[in-house]
Amino acid sequence: MTDMLAERSRSYWFVQGMKGLFSLPGFILMSAFVGFTALAFQSGLTRGEATFLTFFVWALPSQMIVVGAISSGMGVLAAFLAVSLASIRMTPMVAALVPEIREKKTSSALLIFLSHFVAITAWVYTLKKVQDIPREGRLAFFAGLGITLTLVNTAIVFSLYGVVSQLPPIAAGTLYFLTPMYFVMSIWESARQPVIYWALALGIIVAPASHYVAPQIDMLVTGLVAGTFAYVIDRSRRRRAS
Amino acid sequence: MTAHEIGVFVFILIAGTLGTDIWRWLGVFGGKQLSEESEALIWVRSVATALVAGVIASQVLYPGGVLAGTPVALRIGAAAAGFAVFLLLKKNMFVGIAASLVVLAGGLYWLGI
Repeated sequence: MTDMLAERSRSYWFVQGMKGLFSLPGFILMSAFVGFTALAFQSGLTRGEATFLTFFVWALPSQMIVVGAISSGMGVLAAFLAVSLASIRMTPMVAALVPEIREKKTSSALLIFLSHFVAITAWVYTLKKVQDIPREGRLAFFAGLGITLTLVNTAIVFSLYGVVSQLPPIAAGTLYFLTPMYFVMSIWESARQPVIYWALALGIIVAPASHYVAPQIDMLVTGLVAGTFAYVIDRSRRRRAS
Repeated sequence: MTAHEIGVFVFILIAGTLGTDIWRWLGVFGGKQLSEESEALIWVRSVATALVAGVIASQVLYPGGVLAGTPVALRIGAAAAGFAVFLLLKKNMFVGIAASLVVLAGGLYWLGI
């Protein structure tokens, strides 16, 4: 009897999670994926490749890096390193989420499977709502939200690819611009530490130099040089402050 | 090995999926030692941000497709205008993005593209 109730409440919470698609962050994410579709098309990816990339990576920064790596002819190992450097932040994110949503009997295999659906939107949304959800409904809530966001945005990329490829040049060019503008503003807006502003500014300044000096691995060079420099500036600022 | 040499799908799986999912998996098994405030993580966050910033800059400076042949001044101008609006309007992303797209579209129209 209690098992049946728990089952019913799990499907209830799964559906509650799915409804997160129609939240403001959900809409912003979908708009970003419309822009990503244009970016992928104009960078030369096929519909199948863009769709596959969205489902099997499911992290916009990683996806942008992969698109850039494919079109600039970057080696797979360098691209793996670049994606890794941008994705290490996933480890503390997942580590913070898991204790909130797991039950004692939740298997590691299930958590490993569900961890693929952790990206910034679902993560923020789940952590915000989790306190109002009973323990036995939390994993289902996250699963409903994360899987829905992933599948719907994968479907957006698949179905809009055809539309984007038929757009008149002005519209296509403008839509391409949505991705860089979305990213630069969302990084600025969500920055919690001053080091982020430094890293953003220095990354933009160093990028053309890296492109000129090391076109095959320019992303890695920009990240390591500008990122380390920003870190050193920030650390000396913090030391002076303390 | 480039995507051209090993195939785009294999390239995506190795660089994209593995490069992202490995870090998610690590989080499932005790990523608890990795404190949000640790120096190592601040450096990682800084490098990650600079890396993505570099990708953004490349998308504006060296775009593919329709924008490839357009004047770089127009693209930088549109990006700067949008970002200025974003800052002036207390970080309003929607209006900021719209402003940069309007400037870009206006410029493209004026150029006859």
